[in-house]
Amino acid sequence: MKTLRLPRSPKVLLGLGIVGFFIIMTVVGPWLAPDNPSSTAFPALLGPSAHHWLGTTSLGQDIFSQLLVGARATMVVALVAGLVATLLSMVIGVSAGYLGGVSDDGLSLLSNVFLAIPGLPLLIVIDSYLPVTSRSNEFVIGLIISLTGWAWGARVLRAQTMSLRNRDFVEAARIIGESRRRIMFTEIAPNLLPVLASSLLFTVLYSIGAYVTLAYIGLTSTAVWNWGTMLYWAQANNAPLSNEWYWFVPPGTCIALVGTGLALLNFGIDEFINPRLRAGGLSSRQRRSLGLPRRTRLGLTPVLRPRAPRGAPRRNVVSS
Amino acid sequence: MRMILRRIGLYALTAWVAVTVNFVLPRLMPGNPVQTLIGKLTGQVTPNEIRAIRLSFGMGFHEGLLAQYGTYLNQLAHGNLGISITLGAPVSSILRESVPWTVGLIGVSTVLSFLIGTFSGAILGWTRGSRFDSLIPTATFFQAIPYFFLGTVMLLIFGSNLHWFPVLGAYSANVTPGWNWAFVGSVIRYGELPVISIVLSSVAGWMLGMRNMMITMIGEDFVLMAVAKGLPRRKVIWHAARSAVLPSIANLSLAIGLVVSGALLVELVFNYPGVGDLLLQAVLNEDYPLIQGIFLVITFTVLAANLLADLVYLGLDPRTRSEAAV
Repeated sequence: MKTLRLPRSPKVLLGLGIVGFFIIMTVVGPWLAPDNPSSTAFPALLGPSAHHWLGTTSLGQDIFSQLLVGARATMVVALVAGLVATLLSMVIGVSAGYLGGVSDDGLSLLSNVFLAIPGLPLLIVIDSYLPVTSRSNEFVIGLIISLTGWAWGARVLRAQTMSLRNRDFVEAARIIGESRRRIMFTEIAPNLLPVLASSLLFTVLYSIGAYVTLAYIGLTSTAVWNWGTMLYWAQANNAPLSNEWYWFVPPGTCIALVGTGLALLNFGIDEFINPRLRAGGLSSRQRRSLGLPRRTRLGLTPVLRPRAPRGAPRRNVVSS
Repeated sequence: MRMILRRIGLYALTAWVAVTVNFVLPRLMPGNPVQTLIGKLTGQVTPNEIRAIRLSFGMGFHEGLLAQYGTYLNQLAHGNLGISITLGAPVSSILRESVPWTVGLIGVSTVLSFLIGTFSGAILGWTRGSRFDSLIPTATFFQAIPYFFLGTVMLLIFGSNLHWFPVLGAYSANVTPGWNWAFVGSVIRYGELPVISIVLSSVAGWMLGMRNMMITMIGEDFVLMAVAKGLPRRKVIWHAARSAVLPSIANLSLAIGLVVSGALLVELVFNYPGVGDLLLQAVLNEDYPLIQGIFLVITFTVLAANLLADLVYLGLDPRTRSEAAV
């Protein structure tokens, strides 16, 4: 799609690579796992070796298998929560921005209240009352996380909708007599796509953090393998203090990597929305080969022209 | 003035929502967990204590829902948060001991992280395109690490392997708590590693936000004017940074909630005697009165911090004083 062509900066490509890798891991991870992650058949606390790439837990479970199997639950919850939260924020944000008046006041108040309540403690209170059977259900957990994570997106979308509301093409649609719902979802919504994508990435990032945190303090079923439960067991068995780094460093690093990938993609979207941020995407070598000054100067926007053929005088930079 | 009144209204409403969530949740869930809990407790604690717990949930008598809500609010207004099931003491007095630790730890690290992040973000924005830009992916990586995981790794490397910092707890066992130098020094020494790990996890957000705002500001005419006048570079940066920092401060009140959520778990890693550690114990033991009390106290504290941030913003940005922007 032409409207969402991301700038091809190394940051974005790195982000795409990382996120792609973990999506593949989510799909094929459980099949690739060499052992049953819950099986306690091996000796306890083996270090990393050819048989057990990441060693074993104090119960003799294979950590590498846990990591591969755990990817799925982690990503599924994050995706469910991210999608539901983005949907919620779109419906609430776009309606608030477009309808204005009393509905705007009410919906804005609602999202401001949800922004002001600290999310994690609220999540913990709700989750602690859940029956144990629901705690092992990824979809229930995902839904609850989305309840605490939609407000930020709604706020951003509302602001963006308000700036679009009085543009000419929306006026035109209104004069033609299109219905409100049609204007909101077919005229305004497509123009919100970059903001929407950025808000989806942001909520997925938040959801991974929230889910892993819940699992880490033991509020999801410990029978479901995800990266948070791995950290929970490692902490419960004092792995950090007894130097068993191979137990808790891999899941933590995976979480951080997924988050980095998503955030890097988000940079691409930010640069797409605000092209001023983009010039920083050129490396100093690229700058030199384009004949740009090493540093952008104040108030001057570098303009890139196609390179002149060899031998011709280099006049490919115009500053305005 | 109107803006502050509106914010106070919003926070009051939020506080009410939090209080009501606590009332509604136990009644919404299948099987009424509190009823089950009280059933389990019978025989373990005195009837008086059971009565206090029931009262704090508004379940004192066989009344209608509205009357129960009234009882609950009344108990809350008198500071009765119920009695902790595992610790056997009133929730409010347990919290009175642990809240100062949390407020101190998280307050100090949030202020530090805001200052460091904003300062380095201003420099990064100014030198956009230079080699300092390679800091950004690194900063993003640190931002994506869960607070508690970074804390765990720091504990492993600098605490239990290199022994640079004392670990576990908030002060040495050799000092007597009180206002003496030995105790204060010990608290600072034990606080260093938790503060460093919270700052490291949260600094990137401030830095990136400030960088982007700074880049936008550099394009403004007043900065060009300052350069044209021939002001020294340091003054120009200061000029641009003063305007660029406003959105960061406006966001401060939103970010506090996120930072607090993450930092609570750092306490848990370091066995810091604050609210986060307490929360874990409460969750593990299904100590509902304690969980709810902690939730309320955290929410109220965060709201108070939000209000403080709003006041600072109001003092710094004259535009908000004339317009009634929220």
